[in-house]
Amino acid sequence: MNAIRAKLTLYWPESPLQALQQGLKRALLPLIGLLMFLFVWHVGAQNINTSLGQFPGPVQVVEQARNLIAEHQRERTKEVAFYERQEKRNANKLAADPHAEVKIRPYTGKPTFFDQIGTSLVTVLAGFVMASLIAIPLGILVGLNGDLYAAANPLIQLFKPVSPLAWLPLVTMLVSALYVSDDPLFAKSFITSLVTVSLCCLWPTLINTAVGVSGISKDLQNVSQVLRLPWLTHVVKIVLPASVPMVFTGLRLSLGIAWMVLIAAEMLAQNPGLGKFVWDEFQNGSSNSLGRIMVAVLVIGLIGFLLDRIMLLLQRTLSWDKSATLR
Amino acid sequence: MMKAHLELSGVDIEFPTPKGPFKALQNVNLKIDQGEFVSLIGHSGCGKSTVLNIVAGLYQATRGGCLLDGREVTQPGPERAVVFQNHSLLPWLSAYENVELAVKQVFKGRKSKAEMKAWIEHNLELVHMSHALHKRPDEISGGMKQRVGIARALAMQPKVLLMDEPFGALDALTRAHLQDSLMEIQARLNNTVIMITHDVDEAVLLSDRIVMMTNGPAATVGEILHVDLPRPRDRIALADDAKYNRYRQAVLSFLYEKQRKVEDFQQHREKQSTAAAESEESAPAAKRASG
Repeated sequence: MNAIRAKLTLYWPESPLQALQQGLKRALLPLIGLLMFLFVWHVGAQNINTSLGQFPGPVQVVEQARNLIAEHQRERTKEVAFYERQEKRNANKLAADPHAEVKIRPYTGKPTFFDQIGTSLVTVLAGFVMASLIAIPLGILVGLNGDLYAAANPLIQLFKPVSPLAWLPLVTMLVSALYVSDDPLFAKSFITSLVTVSLCCLWPTLINTAVGVSGISKDLQNVSQVLRLPWLTHVVKIVLPASVPMVFTGLRLSLGIAWMVLIAAEMLAQNPGLGKFVWDEFQNGSSNSLGRIMVAVLVIGLIGFLLDRIMLLLQRTLSWDKSATLR
Repeated sequence: MMKAHLELSGVDIEFPTPKGPFKALQNVNLKIDQGEFVSLIGHSGCGKSTVLNIVAGLYQATRGGCLLDGREVTQPGPERAVVFQNHSLLPWLSAYENVELAVKQVFKGRKSKAEMKAWIEHNLELVHMSHALHKRPDEISGGMKQRVGIARALAMQPKVLLMDEPFGALDALTRAHLQDSLMEIQARLNNTVIMITHDVDEAVLLSDRIVMMTNGPAATVGEILHVDLPRPRDRIALADDAKYNRYRQAVLSFLYEKQRKVEDFQQHREKQSTAAAESEESAPAAKRASG
């Protein structure tokens, strides 16, 4: 590692001209990749005809992205106007009769693309947090105790590869049966998505935490024994920090899976979110639909990428192991 | 007769293996007085570390046992602090915090916060680490890490300080520095120390007694050498000292004549076959060189 770094510094540019060249090269190569992709997409799309018209190229997609933004703004103006009308009406009512009961009704317009993004983000984060809250403590217990690991391992291996689509009907029925309340705090669809996401994304965190915990060096365990650290202190002061790098590896994998699973779950279960947006557009079947779906695809990718970067940032700030490969 | 501070009597240890129990130590007897510096020396695999781990309480003897001040050792504890070969510092804590973890555990309820802080700083001062209190292990050199490891062990105020090849992984110059530091600390605190080493010079320079162990399996104490050199000892003056060189010669003769390490047949064959493979690889080069 150090040797590589030494080599790198050896070849580091000295003159400003060289530095400029290097900087250009670093910015240029990704740009070239992107341009080539756009070109192939553009040419390819022109030659594909579907029952919904020509496959959308980059130009159509940009157009649809603009449309989606415009729709969102229109919907917001409508909403503002809706509340203004209500306020005016209420004010009039109160002026006529100061004791009149006034109500503000919530706006019930169609959720726009950006509303769906917000719903998806909230759901994925809630599911991910719930999965982590289960997986990290469980991983620590399983990692600390060899017998427990042996008992849990077959179950982990069995449930880990299960697709969200297989869980979904069961989870939907379970939520309908168990989550019964007159005044529910959360919508049922939200709970269904959340549970499905959690079920699918807790495994990488669980496994990585268990591996990290069980892989703590014998020397550190001896230190703990010589100091006669009580169990809880041992876990908090030695086990947890030692396994932090592995836990983060698991968390990053989990968040990636959570995001993928969520889109599929929303699509199949008709839960609000980006998945539903894609499905609705597909069912809608207008000549613009494919372009709008393509916008969603790109946005889904972009958000997945950003989520991963955020986890990386968290890892960099929270983990003591700065030498870990952070990619 | 005066009771020994630390006493190992009739210690046997067997490890279970798939091929049946493996007897690593047989009938190890050793008495150590308060303030004595004892080295354990022997070929690798002779069970030196096993003896140390039994005293530490990390291993349990199959037969016999270890008494410290008349009490049997049954589990690890801070009164038998260990300095591990590869420092074993917690990589996420600074030097100060590593020592603090030990001090907080050992002196919980006995020292106030301010006293603990002073005690931690005092111990890091002893090993000359005051300038890097808040550096993490990956920011300091190997020798400095081992210094912090020693400070952590000393800070537990152990009855016996156990050192498992503490300087084995260090370069010769750093090792000499740390040996001098250890002698200086030992002179000040009069700790009882058991140290494992491979290094004959280190053993003679530091020890009051050198315990030489026979080869395993079923290793035991072969000879014990009393090193009767006045302290403080100076490595440069001793290099010319006849007595020092006799002690050195005695240890060397034990290791390389009486307990000459004979590789068993299997190991020998393996070594030969790898050597043959290597010579085949280098054969073209040799031809070119000869031609």
